[in-house]
Amino acid sequence: MFHLNDMLFTITADQGGWELFKNSLLPMITGGIKYTIPLTLISFAAGLILALITAIMRLSKSAIVRTPAVVYVSAIRGTPLLVQLFIVFYGLPSMNITIDPFPSAIIAFSLNVGAYASEIIRASILSISKGQWEAAYTIGMTQNTALKRIILPQATRVSIPPLSNTFISLVKDTSLASLILVTELFRRAQEIAAVTYDFMLIYIEAAILYWIICFLLSIVQQAIEKRLERYTAT
Amino acid sequence: MFLTINGLAKAFGDLEVLKDIDLEIEKGKVLSIMGPSGSGKTTLLRCLNALELPDNGVFSFEDGLTLNFDKKISKQDALRLRRKSGMVFQSYNLFPHKTALENVTEGPIIVQKRNKTEVRELAESLLEKVGLKDKINLYPHQLSGGQQQRVGIARALAIEPELMLFDEPTSALDPELIGEVLTVIKDLARENWTMVIVTHEVQFAEQVSDKVLFMDNGYIVEQGPPEEVLKDPKEKRTQQFLQRILNPS
Repeated sequence: MFHLNDMLFTITADQGGWELFKNSLLPMITGGIKYTIPLTLISFAAGLILALITAIMRLSKSAIVRTPAVVYVSAIRGTPLLVQLFIVFYGLPSMNITIDPFPSAIIAFSLNVGAYASEIIRASILSISKGQWEAAYTIGMTQNTALKRIILPQATRVSIPPLSNTFISLVKDTSLASLILVTELFRRAQEIAAVTYDFMLIYIEAAILYWIICFLLSIVQQAIEKRLERYTAT
Repeated sequence: MFLTINGLAKAFGDLEVLKDIDLEIEKGKVLSIMGPSGSGKTTLLRCLNALELPDNGVFSFEDGLTLNFDKKISKQDALRLRRKSGMVFQSYNLFPHKTALENVTEGPIIVQKRNKTEVRELAESLLEKVGLKDKINLYPHQLSGGQQQRVGIARALAIEPELMLFDEPTSALDPELIGEVLTVIKDLARENWTMVIVTHEVQFAEQVSDKVLFMDNGYIVEQGPPEEVLKDPKEKRTQQFLQRILNPS
């Protein structure tokens, strides 16, 4: 008998083949539902908010507003995600800040998504023609109203395909959280493999599960893009 | 006088686009601005609604609003200037994510916070006036250039501006679509809208304008009634320009 968290799964070292594959499904899927998916969704949502703020800061005329955003994006893009994750989880405790594995992962992934997505959002805003800003101004809008009502809705349409890629990458990147003890999908796979030594079978099974998640997401992505095709962006 | 402009100047870097322009815009009258490209006519038009901010000059409005551009004007004042006019662009610049009707209602509802039902009725009647009653729920990409430009005119009218500005409203249109847009503008002239129109259409300018202004190289070369400026220009530069666009070969 193999004990995983509070759940009892009937996985033993002598199992193999189809039986092991079947018995491993539930713990892995549970890890996916309990950790991989929430980690992805929360980090992506928080990352997007951070990205929007960063993108708008980077478009500011004032260097004081722009510089922190530029430094943040450069630092995140210039360092490995795994290193960022380790700094939050293993590094911060030495400054007397101890954060549990799951929130640590959320923080690191949100910061990471925030930097990458801000570049996408910034490029999308810049891709909207100057004429759209001017048209908004001529009907009396201020810059903020123009951004909110006219520019961002169009920029959203432009940014959906690249943001979907960021999202799908994030799903896969969450497997790194296994290294800071978050018992997400891949950590479960590692634990099972450690008992059964059936690395090939178990890791292929994990790969298939990630593939299914990403495949379903790409279907959702297509549906969203189709919905936004009501108009063609200029 | 609706607006009196004195000493308007504007440069982009080293390039002086407008040099010491004096101009009067009369209420209820149509002023057409003509001239070769690069003469500063579009910049002059864009200065009238603060899409470009003049470097120098004084704008005095009939209602008492006076803006002196010798100093940097406040955002508030730029907004006050801008909200006096509606603008029709050469490339229409309709909002592609909004239907024809939503393009027209956006300004009155979002900026002016007017009653939604009333604005909707107003927008429908404006779209009917420009001949697009059956197109109100279509998106810009579903409309022809001429139809898009007419939505653009309705959008500008909807904010009930004191001044209508047209920046080469037919230059991007296929020749067979120009007429439908010019007809709408002529209707507005008959309703005594105060308008400033940058255009290359000599015949149209002749029919619609009360005053024609010919610009070259950042200066106003000649201005006066259309029958004088367009039929019997005094300045050589105007004569040359008219000859070239009337007989392109």
